[in-house]
Amino acid sequence: MAISFAMPERVERERMMAQALAEGIMRPVSRQLDENEHERPVDFIKLIWPVMRDQQARALDRLKAPPDPEKEKKPRSTYLAMMVQIEALSWGDAGQYLCIPSPLLAGAAIEAVGTPEQKERFLRRFAEGDAPRWGAMAMTEPNAGSDTKAIETTAVLDPETREWILNGEKIFITSGGLALRESDGIVVVWATIDRSAGRAGMRPFVVEAGTPGVTVSKPEIKHGIRASDTVSIKFENCRIPYDNLLGDPEVRREGSREGFRGAMATFDASRPLVAASALGVGRAALEFVKETLHQHGIDIPYDQPYHRLSAIQRDVLEMEAQLKAAYLLTLRATAMLDEGLRNNLEASMAKAKAGKAVTKVTQKAVELLGMMGYSREWLVEKWMRDARINDIYEGTGQINLLIVARRILGYSSSELS
Amino acid sequence: MVSFTPTEEQQMLIETIHRYAEAQVRPIAHEADETGEIPAGVLRAGWEIGLIPAALPEAYGGLGEHEALTGVLAAEELAWGDLAVALKVLAPALFAYPVLMAGTAAQQAELLPLFAGDYIPVTAALAEPGLFFDPRALATTATAQGDGYILNGLKRNVPLAAEAQKLLIYAREDSGTVGAYIVDAGADGLTIGEREKLMGIRALPTYPVTLSGVRVDAARRLGGEAPLPYEAILNRQQVALAALAVGVARAAFEYARDYAKGRVQFGAPIATKQAIAFMLAEMAIEVDAARLMAWEAAWKLDQGQDATREAYLASRYAADTVVFVADSAVQTLGGYGFIREYPVERWLRDGRGFAMFCGLAIV
Ligand SMILES: Cc1cc2nc3c(=O)[nH]c(=O)nc-3n(C[C@H](O)[C@H](O)[C@H](O)COP(=O)(O)OP(=O)(O)OC[C@H]3O[C@@H](n4cnc5c(N)ncnc54)[C@H](O)[C@@H]3O)c2cc1C
Repeated sequence: MAISFAMPERVERERMMAQALAEGIMRPVSRQLDENEHERPVDFIKLIWPVMRDQQARALDRLKAPPDPEKEKKPRSTYLAMMVQIEALSWGDAGQYLCIPSPLLAGAAIEAVGTPEQKERFLRRFAEGDAPRWGAMAMTEPNAGSDTKAIETTAVLDPETREWILNGEKIFITSGGLALRESDGIVVVWATIDRSAGRAGMRPFVVEAGTPGVTVSKPEIKHGIRASDTVSIKFENCRIPYDNLLGDPEVRREGSREGFRGAMATFDASRPLVAASALGVGRAALEFVKETLHQHGIDIPYDQPYHRLSAIQRDVLEMEAQLKAAYLLTLRATAMLDEGLRNNLEASMAKAKAGKAVTKVTQKAVELLGMMGYSREWLVEKWMRDARINDIYEGTGQINLLIVARRILGYSSSELS
Repeated sequence: MVSFTPTEEQQMLIETIHRYAEAQVRPIAHEADETGEIPAGVLRAGWEIGLIPAALPEAYGGLGEHEALTGVLAAEELAWGDLAVALKVLAPALFAYPVLMAGTAAQQAELLPLFAGDYIPVTAALAEPGLFFDPRALATTATAQGDGYILNGLKRNVPLAAEAQKLLIYAREDSGTVGAYIVDAGADGLTIGEREKLMGIRALPTYPVTLSGVRVDAARRLGGEAPLPYEAILNRQQVALAALAVGVARAAFEYARDYAKGRVQFGAPIATKQAIAFMLAEMAIEVDAARLMAWEAAWKLDQGQDATREAYLASRYAADTVVFVADSAVQTLGGYGFIREYPVERWLRDGRGFAMFCGLAIV
């Protein structure tokens, strides 16, 4: 091993393809989709579906192939490729990117704790067919946001039919409507099988589109990422097969966090990818600012002492440095995923930094460009609104700082809450 | 391949330096700051780790390993011990590395062997007095005259100048380019002023230097007639400073973290309160971010790519980070943070200097 920042060629190629798509397909309709909330990015979905589908098919085939120790030794760059693609697509339009037809966070949960049979059963639909499909992940409830262990949705086993019966309400679910109403998709729902056990009683369940007892409410009307579908989902005596439980049904009380650990493993993989999406929005704003300033005769030098720079140049350099810092933290957390290293600390570092950095950077961009920044004729104000979510979902900035703090201090969640 | 794991050799080097920094530097850092003196034994032991000798070509008894990345890893670890000690241990590189990078064969044959033995006090003079120093607009001049050059100007913040046997003087040439000139101690027209009194790095002796009509032979221009790779030198200086700042910041972060776990107020360690814990978390994130920026810039330099932008951003970011982190460390210690017996106020004083440090270190 040696420290290296060299992107594998394959990853670089995929980044360029995503960037071309972002430029050619997403940007032209970015404003329109922002103004017409809840309209779907049909062109993007149509174009990206076969790509996502074939990727998923290859991933599932690899699962079935006999283990090849030679191949396993080779360095992977799966997550790295995802990171750069997500960054580029979010540069195009973060709201549209979130409509990407794929298992997304549901896939992450299934990958993290599902059996090979479950992976095949729930993910195969994302690997075939002409119609796009979506996955969603439902944790948040009206009374359980950051405090995920407070979820009230219950899963009770019916001993006669060996079915789980779900009851409860999930809110703010990304692509929930796309998954359940507009396609033959899935939602991974977190529920408790034993409330008295707290975290240890939490389990993810897969609910398929078309299951009776599931109601999807009208989509939320949002500050940004308006092209993204955000819904509430109600479960009323919703019956699902026993095998839709992901992970171990046994609740071990003594200090066990079995179920919760599943959720956390999911976040370790998803947080760097959310950070990547944030970075894309930040880069969009930074590039636009630099280009606009250039047209007005202002360039950003990298070889001048600070006192020679104008306030605007300093602001832009600060934006650039902040984004680079966030990018490198994200790159590290992502590379660790590919290396199979535990990245819990690094993932939260990246997410906390990226969420905050892009929020600041895009807000600054609007400020720097004055009326041009504020005007809906350009996209800068949209990027500012789109960026804001990144310090909120997948753990707020505070929650990610909390995780970092616990890790560096060696405290448990009860010692530092 | 993207990877954040140093090589085994680098890892061993880091551990060696860490042992030195912990066992020998930390115990004397406070005293050295108070008295302005670094014990000779500590300096010798730092030199004997062999960072600069290892960078020499094999022909000169070195290992020929002059990677910016290795230099950055070493610099962080040394500065973690103490910044003034780190700068003094590394000061000979200010002379050696430009010779290594740009010297003619004859200059290398003459000068590089100097670094194969004991610590040798040599230095370089880049910074200049005045409010707004700009390394790309030097006021010191080198005017061609006969078979040589005449140097005129004022330099500031030159480490070890009083004891240095040789100095590398950066000056603007007739054509507007920058050249570096090798000047021996005691040269006519070379005056070393009174030791400077600074806010931090007080154990590192630095001096103003006056050059009035100092004559140097043509053969003492670094690289002979070839243009000096000045941008590359500046980049390697910025990366070195970034890494040193990260070392100071990390020291402050770790100290504050451990202190906060031990300090009990309101019946619990203060680290169990979010106001402190979040500050520590942000410190940890910023230290890592600044380090990664220094690594990326160094890696680019080692790839032979232009790293002007990365080096610039890395040094700016690290200079901000070290002040943020050291300041937060002072706050974490409360009143104790203000007391000189505790190291955090020293790290804040040392760290503040990175905003103006120029030409104090190189990898
Ligand atoms: C557009 C959008 C899409 C989303 N997509 C999904 C999805 O697909 N699936 C899903 O399950 N959820 C989703 N969410 C929900 C999101 O993850 C939550 O909104 C988020 O976790 C915060 O929870 P909350 O909104 O209840 O805020 P709260 O938890 O009420 O937090 C309010 C404030 O208090 C702070 N806070 C809370 N607890 C602490 C603490 N212990 N220490 C310090 N500060 C604290 C928070 O940082 C925040 O600033 C989405 C939300 C939005 C807006």
